[in-house]
Amino acid sequence: MSAVSATAPPPAVLTSSEIKRRLRRAEWRGRLKAIGLVVPLLLFLLVFFIIPIGRMLWLSVDNSELPGTMPRFAAAIQQWKPEQTPIPDEATLAIFAEELQQAAEARELAGVARRLNTEVPGFRTTIMGTARRLPQAPEGTWAETFVSINSDWAETESWLLMQRAASPLTPYYLLASIDLRMGAEGLTTAPADQAIYRGIFARTFVIAGGVTLFCLLLGYPLAYKLASLPSRIANLLLILVLLPFWTSLLVRTTSWIVLLQQQGPINQFLQGVGLTSDPLQLIYNRFGVYVAMTHILLPFMVLPLYSVMRGINPALTRAATSLGAHPFTAFRRVYLPMTVPGIGAGCLLVFILSIGYYITPALVGGASDQMASWFIAFFTNQTVNWGMASALGSILLISVLLIYWLYIRLVGVERMRLG
Amino acid sequence: MALPATYTRGQRIWHWSLWGIVVAVLLFLVLPVLVIVPLSFSAGSFLTFPLPGLSLQWYQELFSSGPWQLSFRNSLVVAIATTILASILGTLAAMGLNRADFPAKSLVMALLISPMVVPIVIVGVGVYFFYAPLGLTGSLLGLTLAHTVLAVPFVLITVSATLAGFDHNLVRAAASLGAPPLLTFRRVVLPTIAPGVVSGAIFAFVTSFDEVVVALFLTGPGERTLPRQMFVGIRENISPVIAAAATLLILLSVLLMATTEILRRRSARLHGRE
Repeated sequence: MSAVSATAPPPAVLTSSEIKRRLRRAEWRGRLKAIGLVVPLLLFLLVFFIIPIGRMLWLSVDNSELPGTMPRFAAAIQQWKPEQTPIPDEATLAIFAEELQQAAEARELAGVARRLNTEVPGFRTTIMGTARRLPQAPEGTWAETFVSINSDWAETESWLLMQRAASPLTPYYLLASIDLRMGAEGLTTAPADQAIYRGIFARTFVIAGGVTLFCLLLGYPLAYKLASLPSRIANLLLILVLLPFWTSLLVRTTSWIVLLQQQGPINQFLQGVGLTSDPLQLIYNRFGVYVAMTHILLPFMVLPLYSVMRGINPALTRAATSLGAHPFTAFRRVYLPMTVPGIGAGCLLVFILSIGYYITPALVGGASDQMASWFIAFFTNQTVNWGMASALGSILLISVLLIYWLYIRLVGVERMRLG
Repeated sequence: MALPATYTRGQRIWHWSLWGIVVAVLLFLVLPVLVIVPLSFSAGSFLTFPLPGLSLQWYQELFSSGPWQLSFRNSLVVAIATTILASILGTLAAMGLNRADFPAKSLVMALLISPMVVPIVIVGVGVYFFYAPLGLTGSLLGLTLAHTVLAVPFVLITVSATLAGFDHNLVRAAASLGAPPLLTFRRVVLPTIAPGVVSGAIFAFVTSFDEVVVALFLTGPGERTLPRQMFVGIRENISPVIAAAATLLILLSVLLMATTEILRRRSARLHGRE
């Protein structure tokens, strides 16, 4: 110790600005160390969370199939003015013929065909058939040659489709996700039989809102009672709330299938007491979705409500009643306003979580009860239409992030707790 | 439970009907979880009551079936790897974020726990599109990395909660007594925050062990996990084998829940909070 004090300057020598400087430097070192501890996680999430989601957002406007496969034609057809000539000029068509044959030989046409087919069903056959039957040299003009192979090529609409597919970015998928089409006449609403996506998003919000409401109606009295009990009993009963919270989602969904099925205990009971003669359809419909999702999400409502209610001084309500307020008035004017932070936190959390539900509606819902997530998975796995999956995903993501932002503003991120 | 003698008739009715609601809601929470347990011991092959008889045949089938064994092993490997990775990354970040003057603290925290609120299908699709060109689909490594993303917020939250009650004078005291930073961490910080780290690790384990959506996107038959196996089973041919698997999962949940509850209460006692 004596060696240290001999080399270190005596404190009295330091001027106050020197002390401040050293203090600032020490603080900076501490702050850098703190940042260094967070950086590994930030980098990890950047690579495996933010970049993948960013790529999904990108895919919702990405249109690189045609420009990637036929770059010269893509550049040429962008110069075409449909209001002046009904179909592109011969030079453009010659480039198209050449690059179409090259792409077909290199077997690179599938992506382009899929892209065109998503916008105009059946166009895959047009483009593939044309590529197969295209001669080396034109018979007459290229325009006549194309039309003789497939009469689709006489339509300005077909070439407009090619022109739309030729730009590197497209609004097509995002517009289609809200039932809009871009055609020769500008923006139009999709035909009624294809206009399903607004309905799907509306349904997603209705189900999420309904589940939030049911959770609040069931969770509020429970949390209220738990908060007023001595903590020994409250902690014991809280375990009953936590048990489903900890149980696997699939286990709980399976249980509801067992309970609600036609030969299930609930139907047996209803028939046993004579409330119904035929078994009721309780599952594979909206009722089943509401019951199962409310059950799964209820703990997320009860826990924030309970933690807010636990902090409310019971003497306040008692004071109100002793001053002559009816117990109900005391509850409404004194207790309820103080639980609003808990209501807000619980409702926002349940709403955010239920908006993205996929597994439970898929297993206990019918065809008309599937939420937005189901369609995202459908376009990814079944039809391999990544553009459409990404566009629906982008809209869902933006909705969720808006509510999350609201949650952070109103509730605060540090209030996010578990159990 | 005796009510105060001053209660009016209306208050008594209110008191008991509130209890009625509370009991009904608690039954709604717990009974559906437990209903599956007796069905796993059924001698019949349908998931209906009354049971035709008792038998352990479905457990026997569960333990002897190749696909179930494989899926259990895969789930365990992925969940353990996820737990280790998420615990390390989450604990380090929580310690860094615990500094009062961390720049843009709320924003960084909001970003780091956002995997909890982003719809899981979006994570699944995004990771699938990202992995496809890299050849990471159909690998347990790819699944582990995706699960770590989902599990890290839980570690971050539980460890941050424990650190909130941490007295920094302990670190200063250790340093002033000459302990190097790593020793201080190992002997002073870690023992204090250990309950939070273990709870976070358990949350991370459960997150991965239960996760089905990302697994559906990323795994083929060879990498199927337990939830994926259950999902396919429920969809195609729901049998008491599912009930047997579910019963074992409930047992696991109860064990893990009890552990975290004990840890939480211990840590609350240590910090003098309730």
